[in-house]
Amino acid sequence: MKRDIILAGVGGQGILSIATVIGDAALNEGLYLKQAEVHGMSQRGGDVQSNLRLSSAPIYSDLIPKGGADIIISLEPMEALRYLPYLKEDGWIVTSSKPFVNIPNYPDIEEVIKHVEAIPHHVLLDVETLAKEAGAPLQAANMVLLGAAIPMLGIDHDKIVEGVKRIFARKGEAIVAANLAAIEAGYNHSH
Amino acid sequence: MKHLLLGDEAIAQGAIDAGLSGVYAYPGTPSTEITEYIQLSEKRRALSAGLEVKGKIFCQWATNEKTAMEGALGMSYMGKRALVCMKHVGMNVCADAFMNAAITGVNGGLVVVAADDPSMHSSQNEQDSRFYAKFAMIPCLEPSNQQEAYDMMHYAFDLSESLRTPILFRVTTRMAHSRAVVETIDTPREQNALSVPENTNHFILLPAFARKNYAELVEAQADFVQTSEESQYNTYTKGTQPTKAIVTTGIAYNYLMECLENGAESAYSLAFREASILKVTQYPLPKALIDQMVADGAEEILVMEEGQPVVEELLRGMVPSTVSVKGRLTGDLPRMGELTPDCVAQALVGDQMPVHGCQIPEIVVGRPPALCQGCGHRDMYAALNEVAAEHEGAKIFGDIGCYTLGALSPFHAIHACVEMGASITMAKGAADAGQFPSFAVIGDSTFTHSGMTGLLDCVNSKANVVVLISDNLTTGMTGGQDSAGTGRLEAICLGLGVEPEHVRVVVPLPKHMEEIKQVLREEVAYNGTSVVIARRECIQTLKRHLKQNKK
Repeated sequence: MKRDIILAGVGGQGILSIATVIGDAALNEGLYLKQAEVHGMSQRGGDVQSNLRLSSAPIYSDLIPKGGADIIISLEPMEALRYLPYLKEDGWIVTSSKPFVNIPNYPDIEEVIKHVEAIPHHVLLDVETLAKEAGAPLQAANMVLLGAAIPMLGIDHDKIVEGVKRIFARKGEAIVAANLAAIEAGYNHSH
Repeated sequence: MKHLLLGDEAIAQGAIDAGLSGVYAYPGTPSTEITEYIQLSEKRRALSAGLEVKGKIFCQWATNEKTAMEGALGMSYMGKRALVCMKHVGMNVCADAFMNAAITGVNGGLVVVAADDPSMHSSQNEQDSRFYAKFAMIPCLEPSNQQEAYDMMHYAFDLSESLRTPILFRVTTRMAHSRAVVETIDTPREQNALSVPENTNHFILLPAFARKNYAELVEAQADFVQTSEESQYNTYTKGTQPTKAIVTTGIAYNYLMECLENGAESAYSLAFREASILKVTQYPLPKALIDQMVADGAEEILVMEEGQPVVEELLRGMVPSTVSVKGRLTGDLPRMGELTPDCVAQALVGDQMPVHGCQIPEIVVGRPPALCQGCGHRDMYAALNEVAAEHEGAKIFGDIGCYTLGALSPFHAIHACVEMGASITMAKGAADAGQFPSFAVIGDSTFTHSGMTGLLDCVNSKANVVVLISDNLTTGMTGGQDSAGTGRLEAICLGLGVEPEHVRVVVPLPKHMEEIKQVLREEVAYNGTSVVIARRECIQTLKRHLKQNKK
């Protein structure tokens, strides 16, 4: 088993929480893991990404080579496109469809969506609306995205659910339930 | 026990488990998480033991890297193990203490972590701290992965005590900020007892003593090389085609192994597949292993190192002139920026690489970082820009922190930003040259780090400058650490001799815009040194505090 994943988004959106849950589930599966994060200046509303590598064999590089990523999981559609050089030919893009506009020259969103749809394997979803429909708070929108990516992760749905329970346990039952609802909303969307 | 740790956290846990007595540091990306991890772990330990939150490892932030280095040196002289952590440019700030610590030598283990930032993800240059180790003539360790970072911290303290020298522990961004599983020991080593040598002349750098110490340091160089040669962390493997050889340092080894493993599946063959490999994680360079590599027939050596071409240059003086040494200087690898698996693969293949992946669509635009919505720095810049615009040619000297982003859209406010504290002294120099008006913008933490002495210079020469201290009550850029002067900035400015009527305080909020501009106008009109403190809590720490209070 080997999965190279690029997590993308805008600083503050919550891509690292997605990485934390996948990481926890992977560790419990006895997988090897490497996860390169971005800290510091770029966290201030700039583009951020994390390279998450899972494997049943030891992993050397903290970074994914170009053309090596199995999945791009992005909380923002233009940010998903930024890492296309890293995506495998038959790789998947799982991205939120809603633009995060904090720059004056954000491109035409329809053009952005067209580019995502041009990738043969893609899942586009409005994570915020799905979260709302599932009765989960906006902060759990990132878990909707994770739910939608489960079929491509190479880790069983139930193992991810266990990971969510462990990671959010100290925040109380209500938060765990909200995040689980968000996971299911995303999972049902792409499954 | 197994833990998922950032490289920085592995370093921190390694130091704790090696019997650390104190960590001394000023926050700086990518080193901050080392000290934060130790602080958190001390807090947890104290809580679980039912004690006051006063741990047995000293772990309070220092005012700057120099005070940090000196504090650690004092602890080391008393026989205890001390750690100093900083980003690469912090090495410049503590260089005086660092260089001379190499001359006095240590008593308890002293390890200095320098976290370099090639590609300048969050820095103003990409200087390579290994030069400092060579400059100070002390050993340097550069782990290749998170497990080694943990293991080598214990090794570093032992080495420091056995060689009686400080050790430079060099990491780079990708090691500092990448997570992996790390196996830790179950029982931490006990801390050293307080124990001071009877004769402390070694620690007194009078010329007569210093000459003797320096001679000893020069003499010890051969031991340092031998220690490197015998180190389990430097390994040489003869290849089946030993005419070609690869030298890796630190995490470059991972990119090499990534390429060699993946290359097995790919259509193109790697020119260096059967090469000899020398993996370096301890300096000075292991001369015997390099000699062996040459004796085995190496004609072409490719050097892969993160940062500047330190080893590549050194090797040229260590191998016969018939051996070609390649790397960043020859263009086989990029001259600047961090290594990637892609540029390493390119260097191994030598010619055109097959193209992987798609291009980035043209519609994708850059998304630079920006000041947070609602941040007090924004209101400070809004007022300052308006007042500055009232004077043709007004100049604003900036400093290091979130507010450096005032250089970008929409403010385009600052005209220079160089290093910690420079805003005040550059503004002074500009005023000395006849510039009017001359503003400095500096954050509260940067002011206490390196701005106070510059302000004293201003006061002493009655420099006509307006110093804006944008006080958000924290060290914001690195994630909200304590700021050394919180609650005392006015007292510090008054103590340095700024006239009391020219130490002004404003609250940077849109509703106070007119008042702030009026204060700035009055201080521009004053021919002398003024300080305007714009004080409002960082909105990131404010959010965090509100959340904590709710609980």
